[in-house]
Amino acid sequence: MRTIFEQGPSGAAEGIFPACDVPAQGAAAWLGRDLARSEAPRIPNVSETTVARHYTRLSKLNYGVDDGIYPLGSCTMKYNPKLNEDVAALPGFADAHPGAEEVHVQGCLEFLYELTRLLEGIAGLPGVTLQPVAGAHGELTGMFLFRKHFELRGDTGRQRILLPDSAHGTNPASAAVAGFSVTQIPSNACGTVDLEALRAELDDTVAGIMLTVPNTLGIFETDILEITRAVHDAGGLCYFDGANLNSFLGRARPGDMGADAFHFNLHKTLSTPHGGGGPGAGAVAVSERLVDLLPVPRVVKRGDRYALDWDRPKSIGSVHSFYGNVLVALKAYAYILQLGDEGLRAVSDNAVLNANYLQERLKRTYALPYDRLCKHEFVLTSEGLADGVTTLDVAKRLIDYGVHPPTVYFPLIVHEALMIEPTETESKEELDRFAEILERIAAEAREHPDRLHEAPTRAPVRRLDQTAAARNPVFTFPFEENAASAP
Amino acid sequence: MRYIPNADADRQVMLREIGRRSIDALFADVPQAVIDAHRPLGLPAKSELEVLATLTRLAEVNTASRRIPLLGGGIYDHYVPRVVHHLASRSEFVTAYTPYQPEISQGTLTVMFEFQTMVCELLGMEIANASMYDGATALAEAALMAERIRKRGKVAVAANLFSHQRRVLQTYAWAAGIELVDVPFVPSGRSDLSRLPEGISALVLQSPNAFGVLEDLDGLKSRLGEALLIVSTYPLAMGALQPPGAFGADIVVGEGQCLGLAMGYGGPLLGLFATRKEHLRQLPGRVAGRTVDVDGRVGYTMTAQTREQHIRREKATSNICTNSAHCALTATVYLASLGAVGLRDVALLNLEKAHYLATRIAKLKGYSLVFDAPFFNEFVVRPSDGDADAMHQRLEAEGFLVESPGAMAELGVPNALRIAVTERRTREELDRIVKILGGKR
Repeated sequence: MRTIFEQGPSGAAEGIFPACDVPAQGAAAWLGRDLARSEAPRIPNVSETTVARHYTRLSKLNYGVDDGIYPLGSCTMKYNPKLNEDVAALPGFADAHPGAEEVHVQGCLEFLYELTRLLEGIAGLPGVTLQPVAGAHGELTGMFLFRKHFELRGDTGRQRILLPDSAHGTNPASAAVAGFSVTQIPSNACGTVDLEALRAELDDTVAGIMLTVPNTLGIFETDILEITRAVHDAGGLCYFDGANLNSFLGRARPGDMGADAFHFNLHKTLSTPHGGGGPGAGAVAVSERLVDLLPVPRVVKRGDRYALDWDRPKSIGSVHSFYGNVLVALKAYAYILQLGDEGLRAVSDNAVLNANYLQERLKRTYALPYDRLCKHEFVLTSEGLADGVTTLDVAKRLIDYGVHPPTVYFPLIVHEALMIEPTETESKEELDRFAEILERIAAEAREHPDRLHEAPTRAPVRRLDQTAAARNPVFTFPFEENAASAP
Repeated sequence: MRYIPNADADRQVMLREIGRRSIDALFADVPQAVIDAHRPLGLPAKSELEVLATLTRLAEVNTASRRIPLLGGGIYDHYVPRVVHHLASRSEFVTAYTPYQPEISQGTLTVMFEFQTMVCELLGMEIANASMYDGATALAEAALMAERIRKRGKVAVAANLFSHQRRVLQTYAWAAGIELVDVPFVPSGRSDLSRLPEGISALVLQSPNAFGVLEDLDGLKSRLGEALLIVSTYPLAMGALQPPGAFGADIVVGEGQCLGLAMGYGGPLLGLFATRKEHLRQLPGRVAGRTVDVDGRVGYTMTAQTREQHIRREKATSNICTNSAHCALTATVYLASLGAVGLRDVALLNLEKAHYLATRIAKLKGYSLVFDAPFFNEFVVRPSDGDADAMHQRLEAEGFLVESPGAMAELGVPNALRIAVTERRTREELDRIVKILGGKR
């Protein structure tokens, strides 16, 4: 893989900017010699042709949702409508400066206000902040809210957050960044929270619980009402990780399940693209007791004007520079408007149907440790497939068949896990094609295991040496080495 | 629904395969009380045409984008070469997930590696991560990282930090139990570094600071002793300014919106985060590294993951997972398009034009620059009659977009306006500003 630093110099970026139309004096004259840059950054000067070809070539080494099924469990890799991208590029939104006074950004404020109301409705909760910009950022905001809630009540002994053992790694990390300690709750034989184990932990040192509903096995917490009641009875609060909202969108609401805080992943459920790892948007919905604590500023409506309200003395403060990932929120807004109630419900209907269909078919070939009705995703294992064949082998072989692998080795409670989430935007035909490939790989695992061990052989690179990458870290382009080896 | 490809007939076949009578039966595990409590939004579906029309109308309600912005304060109206958007919009980049499977994510990973390299080159640092959410959370995470390294429970923070960055830092520090101590500024607009607080894990400075003024970082590192030096900076300005790394900064962060991103009413943004190699184990966020495949071919992969939440859980260096990957990609393509020469050119255009305007305003009767230390492309003006509101109104009346005087007042500089000048402002526009301000009141 050649980097931009290895493209020969092919001309500077002349002609992008006009010549200076005011009398120029130079950096040293205005700033003095100490403040002016003495050594140019090593960023190559290449022609636009070179830039266009380099990044086009790199893009072709990637796999995106537009290439085919992208069944990453817990990631909800659904199709990203093109309309959303165009809406977010409208100059009225894209070129609005966040420091502009309210009178100049009424369109931005109006849609932020309206989207907030819609998300409150979807969550069944009375307050939403759009400020958090990622799922983990939403979790962190939720944990800040919990901390503030107890601080305001003078109940500062509550320093523990309970987490099921199937939780995503961001949950414990978010709790820790907000200053809490973490206690793990085991799952029962059904893969859901062990109610007795939970009750045994509940006391006045518990600030709350973080749950993923449905959990990371794709199983709905059937005891959800008992769980949240028990936590509330013990004086704690309930946080819901909304990564899996795609499974009950338009059918059920976290507010009706006892959630005190719930984050949306707009980049999962509400169709905004993942962009190779971000930007996302992690709006948080809260129950009545946390509304006054939400981050400032809040977008409010006064008469027929929209405004930013900073006067919230109980607020945790701000968690983002401005109002969150506004252009991402705009894409989600366009999506909700297009879907309406019926469309929102059709999302979860089809997401759950697709997952159960695929689960039913694949469990004949791969072991399904928790064999029951699933929601939008399910977890298989490669254990018992063939001697010496791992989940990593299966995943890499999928690449040879031109398909993105599912999430692997997560959740941690399933050995050799393959966590599959098809989403509603895949057809039965595509699901059948994916299942056939996985079945063929299972057969290969027994008959030609070398094909799995060798895989991938048809990708731009074969298996990468992760150990070397960690042991001998190279995080930046080695200019010196490159200069030495140049002819 | 056009985003759902299955037809009713497909659904019936699928239900039969799984032995369920209806879609409703797939939700039998959700408590009936929860299902019964559900209320729809009362929202009818809209066609693509209607949604586009509705949102186009709403976009036009925003008059901000049709005015000539003199606003800065961390977000700037910079020109982005057309090629950047075209390349960054390729769906292979846009619709990909985090590169957990490196063999089919070499595009994203190679760009991450290029981005980290460019960030280090810009800031004069040794290692950079693949991005943070924005400059504010990057700064907050820098303070948390310094506290993990030095554990003094206290961080000194310049009073001339952008207000939005300070607010976020305060929230994170409050939860982590870190005490923030203010470092006041002197009349020149620079921080008062003559008496540094004792027993701090780090000193946080911003340069150019909230007044646009460049801090004097020379020799500061050695005077700090054990405390780490954290500098928040303006990445585009690095085309003309000596980078914080050259002055020995331990952690350098910045808001990367200036590197090819839309202002977007403040998001998505791009947090830059760079440090020294010795602090790698405390670095938050994802990092791409170079390695080889089994055939010896060079490739890129996410690495040093033992710091991260999916492995270390509550002991991770941060909870960050999703970051600003696509914004980082855009910044990388932007920097590649400009090259070092183009970056220097654009930084100098900002510097020259801002100084042209500032010099001419300062010569007008009735106006003065509040601070006299060197600045980059942003400066603070005070009318001698103290009526910054009137000054603001006169510029607004002529089609400019100007910050409210409240922004400077919040930083303890009342009756003053902050003005930012980018390469997009023409001499004609700048002369017009001078004429408006110089005219009879």
